[in-house]
Amino acid sequence: MLITIAWRNLWRNHRRSLIMLTAIAIGLWGMIWMTALMRGMVDQMIDDAINTLSGHVQVHAPGYLDDPSIEHSIPAVEDNPQLQQLLDSSQVTAWSQRVRVPAVIRSERDVYGVTLIGIDPEREVGLSFIADSVNEGRYLETAADKQVLVGRKLLEQLETKPGRRIVLMSQDPDNNIAERGFRIAGVFDADLQATETGYVFAGIDTVRKMLRMGDVVSEISLLGTDYRDVDGLAQEVQTVSDYGETKTWLQLDPYMASMLNVMDGFIFIWFGVIFLALSFGLVNTLLMAVFERTREIGLIQALGMQPGSILFMVLVESLIMLLIGLFAGNLLSWLTILPIRDGIDISGVSEGLEWAGMSSTLSPSVLASDVLLANSIVLVLGVAASLLPAWRASRKVPVEAITRVWQ
Amino acid sequence: MNTTNAVTCRKVDKIFEQGELAVHALSDVDLEVKSGGFVCLSGPSGSGKTTLLNMIGGLDRPSDGEITVAGQRIDQMRMSDLAELRLQHIGFVFQAYNLIPVLSARENVEFVMQLQGLPAHERSQRALAILDQVGLNGMEDRRPGELSGGQQQRVAVARAIVSNPALILADEPTANLDSATAEKLMELMRELNAQIGTTFIISTHDKLVMSYARRLIKMHDGEIIDDIQQDGRDA
Ligand SMILES: Nc1ncnc2c1ncn2[C@@H]1O[C@H](COP(=O)(O)OP(=O)(O)OP(=O)(O)O)[C@@H](O)[C@H]1O
Ligand SMILES: [Mg+2]
Repeated sequence: MLITIAWRNLWRNHRRSLIMLTAIAIGLWGMIWMTALMRGMVDQMIDDAINTLSGHVQVHAPGYLDDPSIEHSIPAVEDNPQLQQLLDSSQVTAWSQRVRVPAVIRSERDVYGVTLIGIDPEREVGLSFIADSVNEGRYLETAADKQVLVGRKLLEQLETKPGRRIVLMSQDPDNNIAERGFRIAGVFDADLQATETGYVFAGIDTVRKMLRMGDVVSEISLLGTDYRDVDGLAQEVQTVSDYGETKTWLQLDPYMASMLNVMDGFIFIWFGVIFLALSFGLVNTLLMAVFERTREIGLIQALGMQPGSILFMVLVESLIMLLIGLFAGNLLSWLTILPIRDGIDISGVSEGLEWAGMSSTLSPSVLASDVLLANSIVLVLGVAASLLPAWRASRKVPVEAITRVWQ
Repeated sequence: MNTTNAVTCRKVDKIFEQGELAVHALSDVDLEVKSGGFVCLSGPSGSGKTTLLNMIGGLDRPSDGEITVAGQRIDQMRMSDLAELRLQHIGFVFQAYNLIPVLSARENVEFVMQLQGLPAHERSQRALAILDQVGLNGMEDRRPGELSGGQQQRVAVARAIVSNPALILADEPTANLDSATAEKLMELMRELNAQIGTTFIISTHDKLVMSYARRLIKMHDGEIIDDIQQDGRDA
């Protein structure tokens, strides 16, 4: 009976109920949708950061990060059986070693400073972006490949094209200029322009030969199974390669780390804003709903309903409302996220946001825990908001509630 | 304490504070109503009839004095105990706004029985029977908004009597009724009074209602100014 009354009461004032339902649904939708986009953005940024070259964990020679020169090299993986064994274990999904030195690239037209990266092309597959970013010409074939990959933007700046020759210059271990001509094998595209202008890729063996540096490497990069959980792996790697400095992607990219904090803070503030708007709305409408029915509640109380039951009745009423609103909100979120789950093109705004490491497509990422949190927030808030009017309704001396009901 | 009294009021005062203004709605009201009484309260508008019924029904608290209903002091009773007392002992008929708007006539009549915990089958049987008795056959499923004022009033009376409370408090129960219906209603109340000894306290301006009363109490400015036994019997 209580539930019948509560249910029918909901439909008595259509407009108010609808407004309230809409507010709840949109509030929930706002939380879910916004977090999905935020999470998507963060995931994308992390993905970009990780697959641009860093991997989850990297090993360098001490000092390399401050002075990324050829003097700061470490032994190749093949010379450290323990490390080799760890890298080939199931904890590591992909790994690679690279020579990575500052260089100058010169075409017939122009000269630019770049980072020359010697890679083992097969090892980069599944580890960094380069393996599937070559959209013109060809990817490198072996560690001894004698051609190079340049970024689209750099290619334009150098005013050259695939098949043409460029010259790369760097320093060898004896501080002599090492110089070598290369043919451009292919052109790669990247999400960030800085990547396209900053990196030139060549076969690691070719680079070693050019720099006369022997079987050493500048960095070892590896992927674990989850970017959120890399500290243990880094620890193990450090143990077996104590001549080097092992860092996780977060340590390598303190900017990204602070960016993540900003994002978390932003989500928090966003939830707070919606929370506030919603609570004012809910408290208000529920107060109104109860106030409007003061006489009816007085009547019910006069007939002998216990104050506690009245509290319960008002609570049930808002609970029904909340549940319908939540259902609608979840449905709305699902319907709006579904069409863009493969990503929306935000290249229009992403250019301005490149500094933040944003790429040009954004895929929402819906975490069950976010949805749950948003739902619980609205539910708890709604119940809390209706407790006040419910409690006030149940505390009224009936005659106050039905003043002048019986003239 | 006289246990054969359905209602006892001792020096009951009620003062409404309205800002600076204090309205003395009841002053020093002494009243005893015996079980099985059929009492009419009359008096000009503002004389305190409704206020007195509110006090007796435990809907409001007196500013001073003692009220005993069904052998229990109610002037200081807790709200939840008052609610229980109203539920088990008192039937109410208000002058206006009697019914729960979202419930049908039958559901309104069943409401009190449901609060009392009667099984659904018995509830609906008794509700239908009583609605038939007050002449609302065929209107059981209408909501209050679909009934005339008089029909609503009859639903309210049906609800008040359906659970056979010991005491029925009715405030102007015939105000919206034509005289024929009013008479039928009064007959019904007298019948209940005679057959199961239900105590009635009815406030009214209606001469017809007064003519049914066995005891007529006149009020003026919050005081009882006259108390007349109309049929020589003790009420
Ligand atoms: N809740 C209240 N607040 C302030 N004053 C009130 C309140 N209820 C009643 N009064 C005042 O108390 C006095 C008695 O009112 P009451 O309603 O008991 O009169 P009544 O005899 O029922 O009148 P009527 O015949 O018009 O129904 C009136 O002066 C009224 O204005
Ligand atoms: Mg009155």
